Amino acid sequence: MLSIRNLHARVGDKPILKGINLEINAGEVHAIMGPNGSGKSTLSSVLAGRDDYEVTDGEVIYMGQNLLDLEPEERAWAGLFLSFQYPVEIPGVKNIYLLKAAVNAIREHRGLPELKAAEFLKLVREKLKVMQMDEAFLHRNVNEGFSGGEKKRNEILQMQLLEPTLALLDETDSGLDVDALRIVGEGINRMRSPDRSVLLVTHYQRLLDIVKPDFVHVLANGEIKLSGDHTLAKQLEREGYEGFEAA
Amino acid sequence: MSQQEIDQLVDQDYKYGFVTDIESDTLPPGLSEDVIREISTRKGEPEWLLEWRLEAYAKWLQMTPPDWAHLEYPPIDFQSISYFSAPKKQGDGPKSLDEVDPALIETYNKLGIPLEEQKMLAGVAVDAVFDSVSVVTTFKEKLHEAGVVFCPLSEAVHSHPELVKKFLGSIVPQNDNYYAALNSAVFSDGSFVYIPKGVRCPMELSTYFRINQQNTGQFERTLIVAEEGSYVSYLEGCTAPQRDENQLHAAVVELVAETDAEIKYSTVQNWFAGDDEGKGGIYNFVTKRGECRGDRAKISWTQLETGSAITWKYPSCVLKGADSVGEFYSVAVAGKKQQADTGTKMIHIGPRTRSTIISKGISTARGQNAYRGLVKVLPGAVDARNFTQCDSLLIGDQCGAHTFPYVEAEEPSAQLEHEATTSKVSDDQLFYLRTRGMSEEDALNMVVNGFCKEVFQKLPMEFAVEAEALLGITLEGAVG
Repeated sequence: MLSIRNLHARVGDKPILKGINLEINAGEVHAIMGPNGSGKSTLSSVLAGRDDYEVTDGEVIYMGQNLLDLEPEERAWAGLFLSFQYPVEIPGVKNIYLLKAAVNAIREHRGLPELKAAEFLKLVREKLKVMQMDEAFLHRNVNEGFSGGEKKRNEILQMQLLEPTLALLDETDSGLDVDALRIVGEGINRMRSPDRSVLLVTHYQRLLDIVKPDFVHVLANGEIKLSGDHTLAKQLEREGYEGFEAA
Repeated sequence: MSQQEIDQLVDQDYKYGFVTDIESDTLPPGLSEDVIREISTRKGEPEWLLEWRLEAYAKWLQMTPPDWAHLEYPPIDFQSISYFSAPKKQGDGPKSLDEVDPALIETYNKLGIPLEEQKMLAGVAVDAVFDSVSVVTTFKEKLHEAGVVFCPLSEAVHSHPELVKKFLGSIVPQNDNYYAALNSAVFSDGSFVYIPKGVRCPMELSTYFRINQQNTGQFERTLIVAEEGSYVSYLEGCTAPQRDENQLHAAVVELVAETDAEIKYSTVQNWFAGDDEGKGGIYNFVTKRGECRGDRAKISWTQLETGSAITWKYPSCVLKGADSVGEFYSVAVAGKKQQADTGTKMIHIGPRTRSTIISKGISTARGQNAYRGLVKVLPGAVDARNFTQCDSLLIGDQCGAHTFPYVEAEEPSAQLEHEATTSKVSDDQLFYLRTRGMSEEDALNMVVNGFCKEVFQKLPMEFAVEAEALLGITLEGAVG
């Protein structure tokens, strides 16, 4: 599904990614772990198409297409979804308005008919229930005045509505209390399916107790230093990233 | 987004750029007493109105153009402007649409406002001002039944001389300011609205203005009088054809609201803004003022200003009656090389008078947007209250936003609040929305519409839809 080959990226003159290689097959959940500043968030931003980063080498093939040639919205239409580490506030725009616009933009590019207001409301209510969110959420401005946990839940709500083929979840567990972590984790688990893949970026192991990854990779200093199964996460939890920092 | 992309996004040709080929009855350029006499004669005005014009002209000659606004433009040569232009009439004027010049009808069709359909549309009467003379007035009968007078001011001079004489210049005096004085001397035409005591106007009154005649200044003058306990909602919408020379526009609007009366005045202004260098755009110097004369009277100004090279406009409320209310809701867009200096004045005189000011300025490309507002509370305006909110939104990094709030409170019990914010449409916001499947253009529209929401909510429904569409058109372009 996703093939990252020798990916190099930089911000200004500063190289951040220094040759990432990663294969993600359909149905797999991969976790990228690593110390702060290792390039984890850069990787998800580059994959989603943020133009603050310059790709200097390598390629990314997603479902047979050269992902890096696509605009961010074209990536979304192709089934890519990024859950933001810091979801952005859009003053004056109601959450429900954004959700409906997003769902219909993506449906349009999948050749599906536009969801009418009533149909959409039915769908969104169903998803709200899964995420244990109050309907009042829909009528608040996008992320404005949301607590950290509410923002993250809102991101996963969007993922549920948009039904991506590949979900990039950037530090989705940060800022969550134990209950919210469980709700978000279960929300992600519900999305697991043989034709959907997930790339989880996280600093901590705790989300991985709920969302059990098929593969764990350690990213440090812009490179994947080590890959393994979910037991690697436990090992990192015990031993920390110390061995990788100096690399 | 790169600067180049932003430039492309905000750059677009004026959609309504065309000139209708109608024979016009136009005076040669220049201004003098003789010209004013000629205007008055051609309009068949009574002697008192000619005297009034000449008086204003004498005052104007003593005045100098205001220079305090945050605007830059070359001095205007008032002798190079033609002060009268009227579409040629057949006989005594059209009695039905069949008699209207087909080219004129075509112009309306291009603008998407076919009069035939408007007649059938739910409750909107149109007093179409084409250049200077009102050509077609519809729905007169229905309004007549309610006792509402809605006609060209030039007609009201003859049909309701006592009312015009009583109220003309009573809110905006001849020498109020340079452009108001000029308007008083040479005003071409405009609307006259009179709502009798206790009458709720059965439909929203709508006027479409359109500047068409090459190199002809437009000097509309509108007068709305709402008697005790009456209500009227008035809509003003404008588009103009593309051209090279700057066009001067100096309108005056006067509103009178008596006890318990309410006037809602909404404007969507989309005059030609000029090219990327600001060449050819309309100069818009407008004086709009309403007076709440009686207790509990209410006047609301709502405006969307997207056009003109220069906008100089401060719709104001004089709150005389006790418990009277003034409101100003504004969205002003300055793109290309547009300059907007706009805001409001709220003058609190009566006790417990209240005013609300919500101003949203959007600057793109090399646009310069200034909010200028005055809240004045006179002694005796006990417990007067004002809430002011000025928000500026910047798109790109070559534009500017400026805020000039003036407060003069001479009444210790007054409560005044002021909030101001300046924000940029951030790359983060656009990126966030694009990852949700929205195009760059849709993403920008969503952010901008969110910013304007508080004001658009105040527009009548059909106007709000038009306003959002117009804002979209204004910001759209080749997204790269």
